[in-house]
Amino acid sequence: MDVLGRYEPLVDDPAAFRAACARPLPSVVRVNTIKATPERVRRAYDEAGVGYETVDWHDGLLRLEAESPGNSWPYVHGWVYGQEEVSAVPALVLDPGPGERVFDAAAAPGSKTTQLAALMDDTGLLAANDNNLGRLSALRSNAERCGVTNVVVTKQDARNVSLKPFEEERFDRALVDAPCSCEGTIRKNPDALEGWTRSHVEGIAGVQKGILKRAVEVTRPGGTVVYSTCTFAPEENEAVLDFVLGERDCRLVEFDLPDPLESSPGVTEWEGESFDLSVRRARRIYPHQNDTGGFFCAKLEVGS
Amino acid sequence: MTENRPHVFERLPATADERAVEGRATREAVVDFWTGRYGLPLDTFDGHTFWEKGSGKVWAFAADLPAPADVEALGMTFLRTRQEHWKPTTDAVQRFGREATRNVVELDAEESRAFLAGETQELERWDGDWGYLIAAHEIAGAVEPIGVGLYLRGELRSQVPKGRRRDLD
Repeated sequence: MDVLGRYEPLVDDPAAFRAACARPLPSVVRVNTIKATPERVRRAYDEAGVGYETVDWHDGLLRLEAESPGNSWPYVHGWVYGQEEVSAVPALVLDPGPGERVFDAAAAPGSKTTQLAALMDDTGLLAANDNNLGRLSALRSNAERCGVTNVVVTKQDARNVSLKPFEEERFDRALVDAPCSCEGTIRKNPDALEGWTRSHVEGIAGVQKGILKRAVEVTRPGGTVVYSTCTFAPEENEAVLDFVLGERDCRLVEFDLPDPLESSPGVTEWEGESFDLSVRRARRIYPHQNDTGGFFCAKLEVGS
Repeated sequence: MTENRPHVFERLPATADERAVEGRATREAVVDFWTGRYGLPLDTFDGHTFWEKGSGKVWAFAADLPAPADVEALGMTFLRTRQEHWKPTTDAVQRFGREATRNVVELDAEESRAFLAGETQELERWDGDWGYLIAAHEIAGAVEPIGVGLYLRGELRSQVPKGRRRDLD
């Protein structure tokens, strides 16, 4: 099955899309501002003779020349987190502030959780949930290395997560960085598309619908929910949004990605199905647009 | 006295008078430990609540929840109080130890690498307290804590957990 071929009708330049998907990605780290500033991290890399360049759309992201970012003092000190650069997008779009109550529905292994904690200045309450014990252990150790102290880690099925540990009080913001078919990580994991099946995509879309619906329910009226995946499949993106728009009182809102990050609007039609026209407000990031991995991100406002 | 419930997080009592579980550390004693032994500013933990899960493992959490809390983790593991000499965790020292003014041993580049690799090294120049010290080094213009070292009889024993050790060239 030519999985990438499915998406050629959606992209402006199919040849560039194909070529970008075949290129490996550099190693990228995000500066953990709980423990360090971008200036101090750059100075530490300079002192150690580690080559890097700053990502043009975010000064807290550095592309490293080295293969393994874990083998350096900045990593040991928890100043940096190794993370694909577009995966820094959803936490920025959710944009939580200090003192807020924030829910991270599928948190492990913690790249977005630690970024959310930093955006909150490690204050307020960050509920980080996952259902897999092994991945929770990675989440905990990553959060601790980053010096995060505002996190509550829970092990629940995000589709029917309980507010009982949180005094039955809803959250100001929620992130659903959903488990997905990960097609957009092809540049990092060349075998990401091996074993791809339509039924897997449809199965995981069912899980995504359940998680997003529940995230909307546990967010207060007027609160914000961000939905993101690292896949191109509309079944796992716009179709999930379309489903939740019909099931719960919420709406998609426009948002700007950091300049000069390029993106495309969500698609309203796919394989004979049409979606609510507001899914155009979601953003698709294709690998050839910014020389990154692939990503999908949508911002919802919860109604009263 | 109440039994220690090892599967849930219990809040540390504020003082010994409010203690319901025998031997449990108090918030007052924990703050005294960090501000006394390491000289952290007295208000360092004003925004944090302290919790225990299991025996003698203390967590620091930047918010509050009703106790007991039946969750997987609450903030970070922060201090071990089971033994006579309390032991800070690597993560706590990295997070809060930058403000320390006492019992901080500054290592040179070679000593820092050996410490991170988990080695025990002779360190005759230290003339301060024995026990758990904050090992730190100069990086990018300031001194930064690396982890906890146990100083005994002229030797600094790295307490960096196995999974965090590295051989940096």
